[in-house]
Amino acid sequence: MNKLSLIGLLSLVIRRDLVLAMRRRADVLTTLIFFIIVVSLFPLGVGPEMDMLRKMAPGVIWVAALLASMLSLGRMFSADHLDGTLEQMMLVPQSLSVLVLAKILAHWMVSGLPLVIMAPVLGLQFDMTTQAIGVLIVALLLGTPILSMVGAVGAALTLGLRGGGALVSLLVLPLCIPVLIFGAGAAEAVVSGTSVSSHLSLLGALLVMALIFTPWVTALALRISME
Amino acid sequence: MLEISNLACSRGDHLLFSDLNFSLSAGELLQVQGANGSGKTSLLRTLCGFMMPVAGEICWRGQNIRELGDQFYAEMIYLGHLNAIKDELNALENLRIGAGLAGCKVDDKQVIAALRRMGLRGRETLSVKVLSQGQRRRVALARLLLCNASLWILDEPLTALDVGAVELMQDLIGEHLVNNGMVIYTTHQPLEVVGVATRRLTLS
Amino acid sequence: MVPWFACSAAIMFVAGLYISFFVAPTDIQQGEAYRIMFIHVPASILSMFIYLVMAGYAALGLIFNTRLSSMMASALAPTGALLAFLSLWTGALWGKPMWGAWWVWDARLTSELILLFLYLGFIALHASIDDPRRADRASALLAIIGSVNVPIIYFSVQWWNTLHQGASVKLTGTSMHVAMQQGMYTMMLAVWLYAIAVSLLRVRSIILERESKTQWVSELMEIKR
Repeated sequence: MNKLSLIGLLSLVIRRDLVLAMRRRADVLTTLIFFIIVVSLFPLGVGPEMDMLRKMAPGVIWVAALLASMLSLGRMFSADHLDGTLEQMMLVPQSLSVLVLAKILAHWMVSGLPLVIMAPVLGLQFDMTTQAIGVLIVALLLGTPILSMVGAVGAALTLGLRGGGALVSLLVLPLCIPVLIFGAGAAEAVVSGTSVSSHLSLLGALLVMALIFTPWVTALALRISME
Repeated sequence: MLEISNLACSRGDHLLFSDLNFSLSAGELLQVQGANGSGKTSLLRTLCGFMMPVAGEICWRGQNIRELGDQFYAEMIYLGHLNAIKDELNALENLRIGAGLAGCKVDDKQVIAALRRMGLRGRETLSVKVLSQGQRRRVALARLLLCNASLWILDEPLTALDVGAVELMQDLIGEHLVNNGMVIYTTHQPLEVVGVATRRLTLS
Repeated sequence: MVPWFACSAAIMFVAGLYISFFVAPTDIQQGEAYRIMFIHVPASILSMFIYLVMAGYAALGLIFNTRLSSMMASALAPTGALLAFLSLWTGALWGKPMWGAWWVWDARLTSELILLFLYLGFIALHASIDDPRRADRASALLAIIGSVNVPIIYFSVQWWNTLHQGASVKLTGTSMHVAMQQGMYTMMLAVWLYAIAVSLLRVRSIILERESKTQWVSELMEIKR
């Protein structure tokens, strides 16, 4: 009998989650459509002056991305919890953190990546310059994985609780504030002509930190929640 | 192999059992008995390391399972109340993933052989959604055939199974014990394995 | 212990309030309104400090699996949240006459607000888990994550603020009058004692509630009757 390697496990779980997401496409699309609708509502709420919209755009897109990622967090572990797969995952003869990392990556590919791909179109709606859109994409690419990672901790802590959805937002949103600040700040820096790279490198630093700590913390939170 | 000493477990504030001692060696079969709510499932979950015991130790090959961690998990397989199979996937995919999570790499031939053994010939690529409860349980049980874990921890393995499947389970357990395996299970149905004396542990 | 702390807290409150309202002179720049400071500053400082203490207790509870420290952590949370709220509220009251606005997106204010959210998250998580042990452990983890995040949040907010060049109003670092200092210290001590007293009181009731099935609690009940 062959033993499954660490990378094998990683790719197995990612592929599994992607297949599951593809068979439940509606869930993925809901998140994306929510994101588009929230962003599109802003001009209706504040008026169509292009100058103001251009200034607001990065912030609006980031806040919408933050809310959209909250929407999909509940699904990260709850389905596996309900049908018992999570129990089996805890018994993996390899580190649970790796498995959690795989689930986070899959979650990001399903819920974060579509937002990043959609963002340029929305940027055009807000009349952003090409350069600003470019920076926005890079910032979103760096920032949305952090949202998935921090969100995973929240999802693991609130596993199986009633009203988990609202609770997870209450826990996770305050922790995501730095990402929001630097993410939106990067695109705004283009508009105001200040340094972009400092924002992006800070985002990168946050990403690295989250990558190191969150899978481990999430694994710990899952063990607590499964008890 | 597996030794439990002075184990005590609680659920919330409620103490389920305490001072539990037993040991299990190769080729032995242990049935955990007790009324509803006496802590059977909690005991099995504690053995899996999901729950922290209030007191006592669980040792595998002389070492605490908390310290062993991965090494212990590589040698055991747990089947809970829940089948751990996904409605969206077919039996084949489910098993491949299930075996992967248990840490073993299997090819489709092995999986199909296991499913046939469990009497699911022709259902391999059907979505699990259309299978009956009993058939789903069979899919879950097929996982036991794919990984050669020496310790099986089975929580109510016979629920939803028909007479034929129960007999099949008895055969499977018998084979596993002959190969120096160990089985701990709970059930409310009679389960007799030919040629093996079932040890019983009663929780009250 | 509790009555002792509570009484001394009350005495200090009275003394502190007396000094702050009658002894301390009126500020040249800010007039009488500055007196809010005597409540505002101790509340803010303690709200931050309590979070650290809470996270410390939570960490102890998580690592060594001691029940008492987890109970202490959950007893401290409401007090911390109250103080954070009080600090925001008095800050707003102070800000209105000074800055002409109830709220400015100043780095300190924003971080204090986020601190309040962290407290509320902790309390909400603890309240929504039925199993006390899981509640303790899960919220302990949250408190620790929060305490790691607090510096990051603080610096990012500060940086965001300077970038925006918004209404950053600095507290004037002028030398304080001696009576003002005395008032401040007395109030600080008072709030401190109050926090200890209330937390001890709360932890006592938490212990009684959690251990209500054990022998010594029922014996205690007998005696009380």
